[in-house]
Amino acid sequence: MNSPLIQLKEIKKSFGDNHVLNGIDLSIYQGKVTTIIGKSGGGKSVLLKIIIGLIRPDSGSILFQGQPLLEMKKKKRSALKKKISYMFQGSALFDSMTVFENIALPLKETTSLPADRIRKRVNGKMEQLDLYMINNKYPSQLSGGMQKRVALARALVTDPEIVLFDEPTTGLDPIRKNAVHMMISDYQKKYGFTGVIVSHEIPDVFYLSQQIIMINEGKTLFQGTPEEIQQTSDPAIKEFIYGFEKETNGLVGIALPLQGEKRFEEKMAKLKHRQPAFSLVLLTLQNLDELNRKVSQNILRKIVLLIKNSLRTTDTCFRYKSNRIILILPNTNEYRARMTCFRLSNKINDREISETKQNPSLCFSLAAGVAEIKENSSLEQAITVAESRQNIICNFRAPNPEEEL
Amino acid sequence: MLLLDAGKNLLAGLGRAAIFQIQEMGRIAIFFFKGFFLIFSFPLQPFKIIEQTYFIGMKSIFVICLTSTFTGMVLGLQGYYTLVKFGSEGMLGSAVALSLIREMGPVLTAIMVIGRAGSAMAAEIGIMRISEQIDALETMDINPLQFLVSPRIAASLVSFPLLTALFDVIGIYGGYLTGSVLLGIGKGIYFSRVESSVQMEDITGGFIKSIVFAIVVVTICCFRGYFTHTRTEGFGAKGVSFSTTSAVVVSSVLVLVTDYILTSFLL
Repeated sequence: MNSPLIQLKEIKKSFGDNHVLNGIDLSIYQGKVTTIIGKSGGGKSVLLKIIIGLIRPDSGSILFQGQPLLEMKKKKRSALKKKISYMFQGSALFDSMTVFENIALPLKETTSLPADRIRKRVNGKMEQLDLYMINNKYPSQLSGGMQKRVALARALVTDPEIVLFDEPTTGLDPIRKNAVHMMISDYQKKYGFTGVIVSHEIPDVFYLSQQIIMINEGKTLFQGTPEEIQQTSDPAIKEFIYGFEKETNGLVGIALPLQGEKRFEEKMAKLKHRQPAFSLVLLTLQNLDELNRKVSQNILRKIVLLIKNSLRTTDTCFRYKSNRIILILPNTNEYRARMTCFRLSNKINDREISETKQNPSLCFSLAAGVAEIKENSSLEQAITVAESRQNIICNFRAPNPEEEL
Repeated sequence: MLLLDAGKNLLAGLGRAAIFQIQEMGRIAIFFFKGFFLIFSFPLQPFKIIEQTYFIGMKSIFVICLTSTFTGMVLGLQGYYTLVKFGSEGMLGSAVALSLIREMGPVLTAIMVIGRAGSAMAAEIGIMRISEQIDALETMDINPLQFLVSPRIAASLVSFPLLTALFDVIGIYGGYLTGSVLLGIGKGIYFSRVESSVQMEDITGGFIKSIVFAIVVVTICCFRGYFTHTRTEGFGAKGVSFSTTSAVVVSSVLVLVTDYILTSFLL
């Protein structure tokens, strides 16, 4: 590939305690359509706003054709801005202006084109986007889908070199959605602009884009072609693009380790603000590695269900490594956490794990350890403490046939 | 020890509040100067200035006429019953005219415009902020200050003195209604006193006040709306509501405070 048109290096951005971007690195190439995918609330729109200069990053650099944007002189930055268009997620149409005035505004304010040429260009763009007979209507008189198309027309009316689309098809019906995708694709081929799209429309965007960037937990998880992302073996990417949970985390409603770590950090932040203590319970399924993978998954799933049913709604349960489950219990001291373990062991001992019946040789145990969290301790430290205090709370083995008789 | 700590905390809190207020005043001043100088930058906005002058000035005429008539009538009534005690009811024209031209005209005009147009400015710009319309302007390389604030500053600088003049004239006629028509002071005496007592400095002072009030009102109202998103009291619609309320309250109070300061210099 050629040298990148836009390059983001180690971009970080936080809003208070919320670290949205934790060191994003990405490259956008001229004349290509790049789609940024990732979970909702993952900072994709913030990233687009950083590229266009609406939000200033806390650290890191943005390079346009190798030149740092943040150090550019006002005149140069203004000239660069003229080449870029932005389509907002919420359309951001001027509600006191008519549709025609909205689309004509960038031409009227930033060019010296005569009124009749502006009219011609606006009408042409509206025609291309099937926007008929609405010239004099106000945005509030239009449907959400139509507002999107007006916003799209406004973004494209200046024939920009770079267009940033923030979820251009959200709220559109499948036919309109395809039309917008087709239009972006056709326009890109016709005018050769560089497109950056933030979208959740998987797999549609794979056919539209030449490059896919996936961001996760504020970092760039993947950057490559649509073919590469579809062939990737990375379970986190597969989980996102195929919309299903990873096999190893195929447990009913159990959180992923990253979510658990985030929850731990949230609780720790509250603890620093003199909120009540919270505890961590480490549950380890011993000897599980020796079992058949499918059987062990089924056992784990059943135990997790039992655990989840005995937890409060504020408690968090997440998987940590292959055979460990961690519970984060807010407003719980060590004594109450031990009581929770005790109740849990009673509940599990009362139930029968069917796999033990089908596999007479099956024998495994569940150990639990508790740690009350102190200020400034990390998740790893808490796990180490809990691990050192682990005791077996349940033993599972196949019922003795003689006992059954 | 506890008392000392409490005292320290109180002082620290006061210090923080004072620093914040000074910084805020600095930000407001920069906001005004940027907006003012952008009036003369290209692209010029003549149509927007006319549109805003129509909104701030023309559309306020009715409310200004109404309030000035009754203000003048009350002044005439109160003035007459006070002056008659000293046998100098013939001075009513002077009393009404000087009160209106020096004080009441500029102040009440500013207060009326705050209620009618200032609140609307804060709310409109605030809504544009929360619905990303101001961000959209920035992405189009349109300076939002030049697009939204400069025409309003220019329009206010034109409208406030004109509305004040209108207020003064109608108020004087209101005083005439009660003083001459209802209470029987001769028309000639009333207007000759107006003519003889009002000096050019009084009129200039009134206009200076109206221009300063225009700057205060338009800057505070636009500033509050423009920075709606940075308010911590509330976000979204609530944020706009807080901005509008604070724009009206702060600009009204500042009009009265600056009136006192200006009067002490102009007298």
